[in-house]
Amino acid sequence: MIIKGFILMGMTMTQKILAAHAGLDSVKAGQLIMADLDLVLGNDVTSPVAINEFNKAGFTDIFDKNKVTMVMDHFAPNKDIKAAAQCKQCRDFCGKYDITNFFDVGDMGIEHALLPEKGLVAPGDCVIGADSHTCTYGALGAFSTGIGSTDMCAGMAKGKTWFKVPGAIKFNIIGKLPKYSAAKDVILHIIGMIGVDGALYKSMEFSGEGLVNLSMEDRLCMANMAIEAGAKNGIFAVDSVTLDYIKDKVNREYKIFEADADAEYEAEYTIDLSTIKPTVAFPHLPENTKTFDQIDKVVIDQVVIGSCTNGRIEDLRCAAEILKDKHIAKNVRCIVIPATQKVYMQAMKEGLLEIFINAGCAVSTPTCGPCLGGHMGILAKGERAVATTNRNFVGRMGHPESEVYLASPYVAAASAVAGTIAQPSDIM
Amino acid sequence: MKARGKVHKYGDNVDTDVIIPARYLNTADMQELAKHCMEDIDIDFAKNVKQGDIMVGEANFGCGSSREHAPAAIKASGISCVIAKTFARIFYRNAINIGLPIIECEEAAEKIEAGDDVEIDFETGVITDHTKGETYQGQSFPEFLINIINSNGLLNSLK
Repeated sequence: MIIKGFILMGMTMTQKILAAHAGLDSVKAGQLIMADLDLVLGNDVTSPVAINEFNKAGFTDIFDKNKVTMVMDHFAPNKDIKAAAQCKQCRDFCGKYDITNFFDVGDMGIEHALLPEKGLVAPGDCVIGADSHTCTYGALGAFSTGIGSTDMCAGMAKGKTWFKVPGAIKFNIIGKLPKYSAAKDVILHIIGMIGVDGALYKSMEFSGEGLVNLSMEDRLCMANMAIEAGAKNGIFAVDSVTLDYIKDKVNREYKIFEADADAEYEAEYTIDLSTIKPTVAFPHLPENTKTFDQIDKVVIDQVVIGSCTNGRIEDLRCAAEILKDKHIAKNVRCIVIPATQKVYMQAMKEGLLEIFINAGCAVSTPTCGPCLGGHMGILAKGERAVATTNRNFVGRMGHPESEVYLASPYVAAASAVAGTIAQPSDIM
Repeated sequence: MKARGKVHKYGDNVDTDVIIPARYLNTADMQELAKHCMEDIDIDFAKNVKQGDIMVGEANFGCGSSREHAPAAIKASGISCVIAKTFARIFYRNAINIGLPIIECEEAAEKIEAGDDVEIDFETGVITDHTKGETYQGQSFPEFLINIINSNGLLNSLK
């Protein structure tokens, strides 16, 4: 495209969404823009700070009661008196401003599993959330990014926020995953390859002929962990898998954006799914990835299967496939946390909960719980856990001298049975 | 506008879970959180830090969670500025929004050592290590950022 002598480079998918929400024909990387928001999210840890700021600033109303959502998931059901006070503060605020999408114990789920399931995010949306894993909704072809409580406050009040337009890294997906390799292995492989700051300030854009072989739940898992590579957002091209997923969930208008053929990328990688092996991220960074040919015997104390990364129904099916008619190892605690009430119900109908309980697992109501060391499975000094969660930082799941190993539901379940870090082929 | 103090030095990828562990996030009282700031990697930080001190990290400082409690706990502990090679983007935004000055400078982050007496001039971006007698050029703060920091945060600056 040539206008008045200037050559305008094409735009990435993210840039097109941001341009549309800023009322501009085009934007380029580095440009500062003010964008309209389709959804502003907070949880029981980040919302109280935003509410305090909202009140201090003297705001008297929110911009749209249907476009602000709060999910009580981190320390809920209330883990202690202080956590109870934080949830109450959110509940009172949502009551006062008549916020439609307030999700409390009983109908809540982990926010990033819940919002897509409820149809609250559509392709082409511009979403901010006071939780770093808000990048999950990029799976649906939305621009979605984590921000802090002050930005949440301003977003709730004004329905707008400023962004610096990001550049992008393109991931061209080809092939199909082998049996017992999972989307989690793909994203861990990518983070291992580019590092925890490999996509700092940038978009990770996923497209290619192999995309059709990744289910929506696979994509949600991968977009979820874009932040673990430092990315501003992860985003997937919209295709038949996307449209099939949203057709009975999203009942409003939305717009599909595609990257221009001449969009500029700072780097491009081809990811052949058929080469992806079960992968484990060792303490204390998600980039410390190893495949099983590099893993010696690691004795474990706990397994957690759940979280916004891997607590969806397909994840529980994978875990149940491994745990069926088996029992977890002595001295291992295995905690299974369906991410939402709907996932919980579906797992019950399919007999998965029975498989877990027969295998010796504890099954919990939805919560972020142990993923961030909140409750429901905290580690003692020196203990090790294999978890399907997203971070293995120092002290993430409990004592600063405990260890978290990140893996897929297949590997987590196999490890629970083995009592050591194991892949399905080790125990089948 | 300047900051000057003694340096607390850390390495790459200082994440928000070590800046303020989630087990303390059942409160939004930042003075309370400051008592636990950095404790998982530097158990004596809260005891040793003095008003005006400076924190220096290396690459990807503040990675991980979006918790604004992280820069807020650093600020409430008395730290007057954080210098790093690079910052994780949510932390960067949060720090500015709550009025905690942060500055990217690769050379300063590499050379400055724990205990050094360091001064930062935000208008010029010049970082002076008085202990070593060296200066480094960091990015200067544009006027709107100076205004946010002088106003003690974004929301105050909008009033």
